[in-house]
Amino acid sequence: MEAVRRFFIERDYLEVETPNRIPAPVPETHIDSFASGDWFLHPSPEVCMKRLLAAGYERLFQICKCYREGERGARHLPEFTLLEWYRAGADYTDLMRDCEALLSCVAGWTGAGGRLAFQGVPLDLEPPWERITVDEAFRRYAAMPVKEALDADRFEEILVDRVEPRLGFGKPAFLYDYPLPLASLAKKKKADPRVAERFELYLCGMELANGFSELTDPEEQRCRFEEAMEQRRRIGKPASPMPEPFLADLAGMPEAAGIALGLDRLVMVLTDSATIDRVVAFTPEML
Amino acid sequence: MYNASDLRKGLRLKIEGDPYVVTEFNFVKPGKGQALYRCKLKNMINGSQFERTFRSVDSFDEADLQEKKMQYLYMEEEKYCFMDNNTYEQVFLTADQVGDASNFLLENLEVEILFFEDRPLGISIPNFVDLVITEAEPWAKGDSVTGNNKPVVVETGYRIMVPAFVEEGDKIRVDTRTGEYLTRVKD
Repeated sequence: MEAVRRFFIERDYLEVETPNRIPAPVPETHIDSFASGDWFLHPSPEVCMKRLLAAGYERLFQICKCYREGERGARHLPEFTLLEWYRAGADYTDLMRDCEALLSCVAGWTGAGGRLAFQGVPLDLEPPWERITVDEAFRRYAAMPVKEALDADRFEEILVDRVEPRLGFGKPAFLYDYPLPLASLAKKKKADPRVAERFELYLCGMELANGFSELTDPEEQRCRFEEAMEQRRRIGKPASPMPEPFLADLAGMPEAAGIALGLDRLVMVLTDSATIDRVVAFTPEML
Repeated sequence: MYNASDLRKGLRLKIEGDPYVVTEFNFVKPGKGQALYRCKLKNMINGSQFERTFRSVDSFDEADLQEKKMQYLYMEEEKYCFMDNNTYEQVFLTADQVGDASNFLLENLEVEILFFEDRPLGISIPNFVDLVITEAEPWAKGDSVTGNNKPVVVETGYRIMVPAFVEEGDKIRVDTRTGEYLTRVKD
């Protein structure tokens, strides 16, 4: 934690704290927020952090607890620790370089070193890391274009079974340019409007971070939120209100990029721990 | 009805008419995508196993399983006969269904029989049973070749290691989960 803070403070980022209990989380088809009275525990601090960007703060980071209902597995806790950072005037390729620098620094300062082994797999943090688009990865590892997987409603299944187990071995890997329907808050790519400027960082098959160039058009953002809300209705998931103040502030937000990184998982990698249970003092089952 | 979020190790489900138990369970969720529930399932009738990945929208029927207290009566042609002492209803289990429990089945022993929709599937026996030793070598003082333990045979025909001082005709308590000797019992 100290090493992470040092990295950002040395680079002139401002550490912020935003409320954990909010009236309207970002509508996401597959992320469920815990209700807390009439409000919700935030599944990520993104709403408030982007409003701070809109208020003129250009470099921000936050380390906080986040809450997602129903997420419990070897790499998931319903209450977990996220690191998020945001940069005005940057895009997702800048964030990829931030990731390379952050992990190299943190691994060095904590004594883990630049050459790690995670569960028996060697991992060299020396930049540059591998970069592969979602479509290339699906063609290479699953022998099908990503469109085919999406049309068959098998995107997640193929990603988990065929693609993820091949990503980030030897060196970390960025999986980038997600199909537009899978990136509700990311900016459309100018050169290819079918994809959004979103990426996920993988280490030894494990997803560590999700970043994107921020969508700054309030009208398009509202449409995407409405789509996500409609999908939630269709699959019978509870609704939450539209985050209106966020949409209002979005109009004043500069071009920016932001990213969320699972700190528990980073600690798993640095300490070579097989499960997320081993890097927290208490799991829900122990309480 | 169960939802995918109810899935966990040990849950019993009905799939295509058969009862299954979840033997391995793993939750995976890629990025902002939908959650996947990877399960290994074992058919409770024929023991066959398979792996399947479920999604959060999937739902399942509960397996209609009941346990009934019954008494072991006798074995005939590789079949074990049990009776419900209230209704006098009798059911038969195969040697496969009884499994290792056959080592500890004494006539009149009260056991739990597992039923799936009125069909007997399996048996659970008490954790501890008392059995009489029917064959044992006499204890030879100073004979330390086999350490402190020696093999004996109990009234069900089961062979078990016991301390050297235990003799033929003694009654011993056995832990049926490990199949091991616990203590000598005095009537």
